[in-house]
Amino acid sequence: MSDKPPIVVGAGPAGSRAAETLAAAGLAPIVLDEAPASGGQIYRRAPAGFTRPYRALYGFDAAKARRLHLAFDGIKGSIDHRPDTLVWDLKRGTLHCLCAGRSREIPYRDVILAPGARDRIIPFPGWTLPGIYALGGAQIALKYQGCAIGSRILFMGTGPLLYLVAYQYAKAGGDIVAVLDTTDFAAKRRAVPGLLRSGSTFAKGLWYVAALHSRGVVVANGIRPIAAEGKDAVSAFVYRDAAGKERRIACDAIAFGFGLSSETQLADLAEIPFAFDSAQQQFLPEHDVTGRTPVRGVYLAGDGSGIAGADAAELAGERAALALLEDRGYEVGRPRVAALERAMRKIAGFRRALETAFPFPADIAAGMPDETVLCRCEGVTAGEFRSSVRALDADEINRAKAFSRCGMGRCQGRVCGPAAAVVLAAALNLPPERSGRLRGQPPVKPIPMAATT
Amino acid sequence: MPADTPQFQRLAEINRPRVLLFIDGRSCAALAGDTLLTALLTNGQRLRSSEFGDGPRAGFCLMGACQDCWVTLEDGTRLRACTSFVTGGMRIMTRSADRQ
Repeated sequence: MSDKPPIVVGAGPAGSRAAETLAAAGLAPIVLDEAPASGGQIYRRAPAGFTRPYRALYGFDAAKARRLHLAFDGIKGSIDHRPDTLVWDLKRGTLHCLCAGRSREIPYRDVILAPGARDRIIPFPGWTLPGIYALGGAQIALKYQGCAIGSRILFMGTGPLLYLVAYQYAKAGGDIVAVLDTTDFAAKRRAVPGLLRSGSTFAKGLWYVAALHSRGVVVANGIRPIAAEGKDAVSAFVYRDAAGKERRIACDAIAFGFGLSSETQLADLAEIPFAFDSAQQQFLPEHDVTGRTPVRGVYLAGDGSGIAGADAAELAGERAALALLEDRGYEVGRPRVAALERAMRKIAGFRRALETAFPFPADIAAGMPDETVLCRCEGVTAGEFRSSVRALDADEINRAKAFSRCGMGRCQGRVCGPAAAVVLAAALNLPPERSGRLRGQPPVKPIPMAATT
Repeated sequence: MPADTPQFQRLAEINRPRVLLFIDGRSCAALAGDTLLTALLTNGQRLRSSEFGDGPRAGFCLMGACQDCWVTLEDGTRLRACTSFVTGGMRIMTRSADRQ
């Protein structure tokens, strides 16, 4: 049994550091990653033939991106890296992967799950119009393809990514018509003491906001979205400003998001128990600071186990790999373990301040107008969802999904799930955690029928 | 607005070799290294129609999570546009759902 190599799922900051740590101990992990190259979303590498330097692609984080890429490239000869590979199921010792249209089974003894995160979305009327993208998606268009999502772009939502992506667009020459933040200024001010302790991260945030101001970009706080307008594509965004006045801004593209949401489907299939995290307002797979979970042999690291950002993910990836090594009977350096855990705890404190500065605006989801398309895969409106919840007494999200088809489509609720849970709870006057969470189902992403036969 | 107004605007990395493809039968140019999504949206504003009749779609997350950018080639092959690269001579239909 012990000859089975450890598996790492994901090659972002957490997966890369986990693989590096395992390789340093003389093991040759199998690293399975959906992307063609390592780096994850934050340090995603441009395709072959692109020429922008690290500084242009990653800004302040250029040195970190380069270090992570070099670390991974340095172990390539001693690990089994399988890019373009989707892990679509995982159960009791067997992973199911799709690569080049073919599914394969990989038996495992121990696995580190580092699947990362995606944008957390709250739908608003008109959000499925062409030209409207998730914030992270807008960033990928620029970083990975050298493209802006439109020629007159509006940024909306909350969280550090809002200002970062807007700044990156401004710097690259994009025309930004406004940055509209749903968080009010007072919430941000309350968070300042906690944020200050983070030093450089806070300074970067201030820099982005100042740079936007200096370019004359309209930045507004405390707004509430009303609708996107347009026929074949978006042509305007309508919102209520902090004073309650309705405003309309013409634009041909919108990037929006409300923080990040963890990719937890594989942890779910691995039968790890989940608990509601009230700070992040989402259900997360249980794990301790070492990355160990209640399921033996399954470890978690990075944003897939709860949002903590890229720096924390690198630490968590290394820590989880050390836990795996310890559990295999290897000696690990105690001072290094202590240093990692100390650094992770420090970042956790900063994350709490960030949640205060950019709280998830659950009221927007709860008050979503009935005509809003809530589930874009299946075309289910918030009104249809609410009536099935009320009429059929679906007081739990999986039951509501069965009745309404909301969350049943190709994305399996990755996009609508967080908002749908809030809509459900609000419709029945329940606390948000009572909605439960959408269960992960294999395949966790669409795979061709032919691949499994 | 005509259907071939580009949604995406190229801001950088424009000195790559050109690749020709066909979008709804129309010959269009893209650049090597473009995802299929970029190739389509630098030539138009849509990838597909929603199966539920609620209009055109042009992708959303760009990271392989939302599954809203699956497009159909003339030979029936289906590809996720944000994670597939364009290749010369590809023939994509963005309106196939409308005809069903």
